Amino acid sequence: MSTAGTRSPAADVATRVRYLLRIADTSLVLGQRLGEWIGHAPAIEEDLGLANTALDLIGQARLLLAYAGELEGRGRSEDALAFLREEPDYLNATLAEQPNGDFGDTIVRQFLLDAYQLELFERLATSTDARLAEIAAKAVKETRYHLRFSAGWLVRLGDGTAESQGRVQASLERLWPYTRELFDPDDTDREIAAAGIGPDAAALQAAWSARVDRVLSEATLRRPADSPYRWYGKQGRHSEHLGYLLSDLQYLQRTHPGASW
Amino acid sequence: MYTQGLTEPGVRPATESTPDDAERLRRFEARIEAEEKIEPKDWMPDAYRQTLIRQISQHAHSEIVGMLPEGNWITRAPTLLRKAILIAKVQDEGGHGAYLYSAAETLGVSRAELIDQLLAGRAKYSSIFNYPTLSWADVGAIGWLVDGAAIMNQIPLCRCSYGPYSRAMIRICKEESFHQRQGYDIMLKLARGTAAQRRMAQDALDRWWWPSLMMFGPPDTASQHTALSVRWKIKRFTNDELRQKFVDFTVPQAQFLGLSIPDPALRWDEAAKRHEFGAIDWREFNDVLKGHGPCNRERLAERRAAHDAGRWVREAAVAHAAKRAARAVA
Ligand SMILES: [Fe+2]
Ligand SMILES: [Fe+2]
Repeated sequence: MSTAGTRSPAADVATRVRYLLRIADTSLVLGQRLGEWIGHAPAIEEDLGLANTALDLIGQARLLLAYAGELEGRGRSEDALAFLREEPDYLNATLAEQPNGDFGDTIVRQFLLDAYQLELFERLATSTDARLAEIAAKAVKETRYHLRFSAGWLVRLGDGTAESQGRVQASLERLWPYTRELFDPDDTDREIAAAGIGPDAAALQAAWSARVDRVLSEATLRRPADSPYRWYGKQGRHSEHLGYLLSDLQYLQRTHPGASW
Repeated sequence: MYTQGLTEPGVRPATESTPDDAERLRRFEARIEAEEKIEPKDWMPDAYRQTLIRQISQHAHSEIVGMLPEGNWITRAPTLLRKAILIAKVQDEGGHGAYLYSAAETLGVSRAELIDQLLAGRAKYSSIFNYPTLSWADVGAIGWLVDGAAIMNQIPLCRCSYGPYSRAMIRICKEESFHQRQGYDIMLKLARGTAAQRRMAQDALDRWWWPSLMMFGPPDTASQHTALSVRWKIKRFTNDELRQKFVDFTVPQAQFLGLSIPDPALRWDEAAKRHEFGAIDWREFNDVLKGHGPCNRERLAERRAAHDAGRWVREAAVAHAAKRAARAVA
């Protein structure tokens, strides 16, 4: 990474592209996961709700990937980036790629990421990067709905039956360790924050944490203890689950190179 | 969301015959004749009510089961735009299901009862969804042919004599015609694409053509429901009339794609100004209807699994709503 004061324009672009890919891939991978649900939810209304969120996330991924491709300047389209990278080149948060599990697992994963994305997009809406700010402003409105859906269900499941509370508390324990990655800044995050493009990780974490605590308390759920940081999806080191997700995602593009659809 | 509709048993109307019934029936049929809409609170013959419940609930079940074969391709859609369009489409079908269950509920059954009938294997849904989706072209073929056939069936239903069904169909038909165009657009891309893509498209047409023709139901000579349904303006055209319309509409589209329809007997009859087509294999239709299609077991098993897996979630929602209500009173 470049040292302070001697930042070369090329490194700058690479950092910005990397940062965009982190946001884009988190939406992409999460949207792909939600797509697995459609037709299998607990009731029709939940099928519709999960589909809504999936659609918005895929839409965000498209805008962000198209922008990343243009900024990168190597002629890669949104689809080239979405379908034709190798696993370590996907920079989504590891939490997003975790399997759907039961409805409670999906709601917990969704709630933790919705709360994160809401805080993130609200801040990116005032980014010094005007194009990113514009994309984020649209995403903020969508994410408010996503959070209303996931937080609403977290409260219903947490403060529902003894069974639902037990199940969703277990989901929370299982997924909580992946949240650490969202706020642990690396060089990319720091450079982006210094340039006024993205938020400061500590401020983001405080706001997220307060929001999460409010909902957990309404849901009568316990906040799990923090655990050591072990996940580095945003640097391309993933859990075992991403490869399978990508093999479905990429299947047709890989099987028919150069075809148009 | 779960506290209403789902758990309340339907209010069934009294069915015993009274001296007034003949007069009521006369007035009911006069209203139908005058193209007036029948609304939920109006008197209606029990056979009319039962016919509608059967038809609307079968339609609703078809929308819900129909989410599965196409949903099968959401994770594998070839571009992000196609993925988004497919998610939106499958979501629309779910919306149609919800909307139709509500229309059925106006006749005195509950959604929960109807879903139980489906899961118990006691209700029918469109047999077409018992065929597998084996390639991306199947998503195109379903939109083009299956949604296309659905539109043919459903446009006349927009004028159905029962108000809530007619209004539901107006809304649904608009979305089905989007689906049809999107499906055709997928086929067009494939037909103009690589050799492998063209093969994929032809193979999908080969497999979906005949089942699509069967979607219009048994031939008029064998249909038990058509006569009364036509008289009461639940149906406006017979199965065979609609099937013919579909063939005449679809054949030129296949020609434009450069794909061939798998029917050696298909030809244009200049005198009758319509296509003649080969005999439909009604034995296959009846087999699939009776549960022996390639995917009948899988589709129902998948619906049941989703329903069972969601039970604790629905129970939690009901329990939470009750807690809230109790707190609001306290
Ligand atoms: Fe539909
Ligand atoms: Fe449709």
